[in-house]
Amino acid sequence: MAEPAPALSIAGLHKRFGRTAALDGVDLEVQPGQLVGLLGPNGAGKSTLTKIACGLVRPSEGAVHIAGHPAGSAAARAVTGYLAELFRFPGWASADEVLQLHQRLARSPGDDGERAELLARVGLSEARHRRVEEMSKGMQQRLGIAQALIGSPQLVLLDEPTSALDPAGRRLVRDLLVDLRSRGVAVLLNSHLLGEVEQVCDHVTIIARGTTVASGTPSDLARPGGVEIETEGGTRHFPDATREHVPDLVAQLVGAGERIYDVRVVTGTLEEAYLEAVAEPQP
Amino acid sequence: MIADVNTIAVYALREALRRKVLIVVLVLTGAFLGLYGWGTAETFDAVTARPDEPLVREQTVVGATLLGLAMFVTLFLGTVLAVFLTLNAVRGDAERGLLQPLVVRPMGRVSLLLGRFFAAATVCGGYVLLVYGIAVLLTGTLGDFTPDDIVGPGIALAAAVVVVVGVALLGSTVLSATANGIAVFMVFGAGLAAGLMGQIGEALDSDTLEDISSVAAWVLPFEALYQQALYLLTASTQNFERVVITLGPFGGARDGGALLWPWAVAYLAMVWAAAAWRFGRMDL
Repeated sequence: MAEPAPALSIAGLHKRFGRTAALDGVDLEVQPGQLVGLLGPNGAGKSTLTKIACGLVRPSEGAVHIAGHPAGSAAARAVTGYLAELFRFPGWASADEVLQLHQRLARSPGDDGERAELLARVGLSEARHRRVEEMSKGMQQRLGIAQALIGSPQLVLLDEPTSALDPAGRRLVRDLLVDLRSRGVAVLLNSHLLGEVEQVCDHVTIIARGTTVASGTPSDLARPGGVEIETEGGTRHFPDATREHVPDLVAQLVGAGERIYDVRVVTGTLEEAYLEAVAEPQP
Repeated sequence: MIADVNTIAVYALREALRRKVLIVVLVLTGAFLGLYGWGTAETFDAVTARPDEPLVREQTVVGATLLGLAMFVTLFLGTVLAVFLTLNAVRGDAERGLLQPLVVRPMGRVSLLLGRFFAAATVCGGYVLLVYGIAVLLTGTLGDFTPDDIVGPGIALAAAVVVVVGVALLGSTVLSATANGIAVFMVFGAGLAAGLMGQIGEALDSDTLEDISSVAAWVLPFEALYQQALYLLTASTQNFERVVITLGPFGGARDGGALLWPWAVAYLAMVWAAAAWRFGRMDL
């Protein structure tokens, strides 16, 4: 049986705005059911990449496919859900009307039930008939996420989906993303919140200056930082040691008459890996 | 595609209703028509109280002039409506982030543009026909003046506003909302000024002024359609009455000829195609 096409496939993507190269040869793949985090500093080209994937921006060069269809084609847009970083819904419309409009435009077979379910999933059931202009920014962002999920898309592109949310809202979105993954939906999450990405993403791509500077699982990117052992004489640091070395290290120290109070396997954080990856190269 | 266009048109119409744009316009239009009716009644009372002129039937001159005034105001109000319904349709909405969630849907940009165009054209064209119809009714009832052609001027006037809708929509793909609004009003004003210039040229027998006016009317066919609407009001009126009407403030009427309508349709198609091309290439 043939392998299903990647939910998102990007090869050699370039985008120039005048003389400025926003993207300079980016490759990226998101498989069905995979949750990929896209990280990078401001101006790295993350939003541009997301916009090219959903057909809002035309690439200068390179190939982008959604479930085997060229990005921007009607077939590609039909299987894509998108939440822009800066978006707005008409203030005069209610949450239900916004979703109804998008159901029609997405040709979603879902009806009233789909809208009720989506609003419940983003915690907006009570605000179903509330006008957008009467909603807080966080509520509008939740509505935006619900809108992106209309018509059960195969690929969901989320550009800073939690920037206006409180901690409870962020938790809700994290749970939602995990749920989407379990349903086989591919998600590309564009975010500055490294902790969030670290918690939920299977794979992380870091772009800077328009190119990919690091890519891998969060644990691959977070480098080991050695082992710290707290003894009577103070904290001892073994920078090259790993978890596997812990029993031997403890045995050695105990054999040498030390009293052990605590043992910590130190790992680098995604934040450290990120900062290292995006650092400007030294001349 | 038709379903998508319909969805967007209904969405745009609902926006106009919810934002109370139409209510405000209808209230102000009611005020205008009230004043127009009052003025018409007073004017015709004064005219009928005077002794008859041997060469001119004053009721025809006064009726045509008053209805010409009503048509100018109707065109102006229709243009205001057209501009405000379309000035931010593309770039304005894109800058506010309203457009992106819609454009990523499978319907595509052409359907979105068509939907916005049909909604605005329906509202503005319908509005102009309604106001013109009421003005004709008031002039006929209160002043006993009926235009030589009742339906034609209304249709020409509605078509003029639909052309403005097309121009404003094209402008919205290039300019931000405020700049587009200013630009369309300036173009509209330029068209009207060219029409007046033609009238002055006719009075002074200046071919140059008349040529300038004719070229402007073809470049901006809403002006030619407006002139055609004025012309049809008194198309069958002859002799000295015709001269007097022509010399009046709304007498700059000209028959656009057989090519006017095909040109107006072709112009609208070109404007629309340019808007679709521009919108299709825009990075949002």
